[in-house]
Amino acid sequence: MQLTGDRFTSETAAFGNDLSTLPNFPAEIRAPAGTLPGVSSFQLHFADHDIMTPGDAPNVLVAMNPAALKANVGDLAPGADIIANSDEFSARACQRVGYPGNPLEDGTLTDYKVTAVPLTSMTVEALKEFDLSKKEAERAKNMFALGLLSWMYNRPTASTVEFLERKFAKVPQVAKANVAAFQAGFNFGETTEAFSVSYEVKPAPMRPGVYRNISGNLALAYGLIAASKATGLPLFLGSYPITPASDVLHELSKHKAFGVRTFQAEDEIAGVTAALGASFGGALGVTTTSGPGVALKSEAIGLGVMLELPLVVCDIQRGGPSTGLPTKTEQADLLQAMFGRNGEAPVAIVAPQSPSDCFAAAVEAARIATKYRTPVFVLSDGYLANGSEPWLLPDVDALPDLRVEFASATNHQSADGEPEFWPYLRDPQTLARAWAVPGVPGLEHRVGGIEKADGSGVISYDPGNHDRMVRLRQAKIDGIAADIPPLEVDDPSGDAEVLVLGWGSTYGPIGAACRRVRARGLRVAQAHLRHLNPFPANTGDVVRGYAKVLIPEMNLGQLAMLIRAKYLVDAVTYDKVAGMPFKAAELADVIAAAIEGVNQA
Amino acid sequence: MSAQTSVNGHSANGHAASHRRGFDLVPVTDEKQSAKDFKSDQEVRWCPGCGDYAILSAVQGFLPELGLKRENIVFISGIGCSSRFPYYLNTYGMHSIHGRAPAIATGLAVSRPDLAVFVVTGDGDALSIGGNHLIHALRRNVNLTILLFNNRIYGLTKGQYSPTSEVGKITKSTPMGSLDYPFNPVSLALGAEATFVARTIDSDRKHLTAVLQAAAAHRGTSLVEIYQNCNIFNDEAFEVLKSPETRDDYLVRLEHGRPITFGKDAARGVRRGANGSLEFCAGDDPGVLTHDAHADDPSLAFALSRLAQPDLRATPIGVFRDVERPVYDDLMADQLDQAVAKQGPGDLAALLAGGDTWTIS
Repeated sequence: MQLTGDRFTSETAAFGNDLSTLPNFPAEIRAPAGTLPGVSSFQLHFADHDIMTPGDAPNVLVAMNPAALKANVGDLAPGADIIANSDEFSARACQRVGYPGNPLEDGTLTDYKVTAVPLTSMTVEALKEFDLSKKEAERAKNMFALGLLSWMYNRPTASTVEFLERKFAKVPQVAKANVAAFQAGFNFGETTEAFSVSYEVKPAPMRPGVYRNISGNLALAYGLIAASKATGLPLFLGSYPITPASDVLHELSKHKAFGVRTFQAEDEIAGVTAALGASFGGALGVTTTSGPGVALKSEAIGLGVMLELPLVVCDIQRGGPSTGLPTKTEQADLLQAMFGRNGEAPVAIVAPQSPSDCFAAAVEAARIATKYRTPVFVLSDGYLANGSEPWLLPDVDALPDLRVEFASATNHQSADGEPEFWPYLRDPQTLARAWAVPGVPGLEHRVGGIEKADGSGVISYDPGNHDRMVRLRQAKIDGIAADIPPLEVDDPSGDAEVLVLGWGSTYGPIGAACRRVRARGLRVAQAHLRHLNPFPANTGDVVRGYAKVLIPEMNLGQLAMLIRAKYLVDAVTYDKVAGMPFKAAELADVIAAAIEGVNQA
Repeated sequence: MSAQTSVNGHSANGHAASHRRGFDLVPVTDEKQSAKDFKSDQEVRWCPGCGDYAILSAVQGFLPELGLKRENIVFISGIGCSSRFPYYLNTYGMHSIHGRAPAIATGLAVSRPDLAVFVVTGDGDALSIGGNHLIHALRRNVNLTILLFNNRIYGLTKGQYSPTSEVGKITKSTPMGSLDYPFNPVSLALGAEATFVARTIDSDRKHLTAVLQAAAAHRGTSLVEIYQNCNIFNDEAFEVLKSPETRDDYLVRLEHGRPITFGKDAARGVRRGANGSLEFCAGDDPGVLTHDAHADDPSLAFALSRLAQPDLRATPIGVFRDVERPVYDDLMADQLDQAVAKQGPGDLAALLAGGDTWTIS
């Protein structure tokens, strides 16, 4: 089902619609078909204008069995089209998911336009000339459905035919059968009179340029490769497989021609420590994981804080705590990234706001990590990782120049006048320490997790020195605020009283909700944080400038806690931790209520 | 950062990856080095009488023999008394966190083939909290030299039993005696597919140096277990292996290609018994085994690792196993080279535009 969704998305992207997707699947690899927990779905929203979310209420549902119908029918807009594979609606299959009768026939679905199509048997029939078993032929039913939908929405089909030929190049029989099923579905739509209309969704006006469709994890992998090029440092990824981050490891492992070294470690701790070891040697050390992995890496990230070496930690957040909901999305690792280490161990945190933005977020994380010699978190999540959207390809030659200068000479004189190297002498501007990589004569030095003497870097248990070093490490991270763009506020009327503040993947739903609220004639301002630590320098002024600050988060108010603590502003949270992104309509109501509350006060 | 052409008197280019020696890719120097060059300006802070002093001195004496550029040598350690080692050596170094040194060293060695990377660890660091990293480094065969200081006790935390302490050990945390059965580090390493495993003793500088030389010459992960005395919390744990009165009867000195005999005048030997396991015999018994450290089959090395008796009688020291197997870092470098040979150097613009694209004009 995920593949079918991907193909429809590619056709839609190629046609030039704006789009946003929401894949949703169980954690089990082959969950039992026909059961509610086993339903795998793919939601796609496309339009002839700029859109921000995968949509709240689909206008058409393709249900391959009763379980798929039952799991998704509640989301549909009234009057929506339901295309159901009637072959799968046996009495037993219906009862299995709690339908007393056949919902396609017993009036259960009177609010919708139902078209029952025997997708399975028609597919088998269409493929009878091929030498396939019944089971093999039935497997092509998703392609039949895709063909039908492609007809309904006037999608270009050439790329799917090419894709199927490429995917099954080794078994031409299967390739031909899938193409035949796809075309049979398309032709069925054209010839049958079951569908009264087909839809034309014109391309959306978009900025000129070359586009592709891209998911968050793919954009993140590409961003890390771009960061390697921009910094001039070879990329080293230490990683342990974990949902939903593994695809970044898979992707980067394909790009050895870029000098990318991927190391599938024995555990999460080895993933991050190997990355730190590579950084010590002058590489761009990166580790990718999800929340449970971050918990295991905490001590090593603290070591990175102490060593003051670059390290990029990509946390593709998922539902927690513990194993939680591995395939569902959540934003509940913000405080873990902020504080999840022993001692005073500040790190920088950046968060992408859409799937394609993972590219820029990765480059920004690498910029901060290498310039300030510090661990930096990238907080993506399952929704961004697997969701996709069109992406205007960036100009590779316009990537920022992030080249790093390693220390090449001694920087201090000993008491007896001998030149020596002090690894903890700092750049007065950035407070970053000198980064001397092995291989440079005269700069031999030792680093480690024990507290360092300011400057010389030798072990120091001196109380005053520790106090100074704790403050220096904090000041270094705080100082990044002067090196990041200010928080921008979108306040079209200029006199809104309510500010909706968000971070990470809620950008789309919050933006769509604000549009809806403004369309109702209400005034609302929106701001979205790319940098979570430190906050942009003007954040305090922004949040203090509104009568009410509303923070929607897929956690129990973690950003709100930070904002309230730092700026003494009575920010209120709208929180939900259901494993799914917010819906625009839901947020619009919450925002409208907040505006009303201010007006009444 | 690139590989050098002339190293250790060999031409690196002339060596296929599988026939490289230990530090063949590390640049050498013509400058005369001495032990003093490898001493850092830091005051050594182990307890007076600690076995670590002897090991430090032996390592500082051995490093100049390698003839490597000092700036291309890195020592990485974990946590514990032994892990202070890097501070006392004037090379690049990292004193990291508990148990993780092999993983940190793996990341460094894999990305910098021009470095000689050493790991210094202890029995608690390597076998307890860091056991996972040790076994995986060994099976991958990353080009590392691991010095495992085994004093069979936790010293830095003031005297708890360790994963190599004998059963029944009375310590601060086991007032009625420890319950858990110890690891045999050599057996563990062999079981983890190690390509080089040796054992030596802190106080025998000559033997220690010879073993370090063999370990450095080996390409891949070399594990050197060093019996080390903690005179504060586990004093004289290995005394029978050191005392001139007892050591000849207690030590079995393994030498490749030599008969496995021990005791005064080599009066005793080791042979295969009727059931295939090792047994003791007279030194001139015709069945006395000849040590073969280069045998692909690790079974003799494993049997020898089990030879020592609970009272340390018949403890083998020397190189148990030293075989060639492709090295992880070399293999990874080869894959990168192959990718470039096949696809050309990475082209970012082409990569980004690699999927289905469309143009809006």
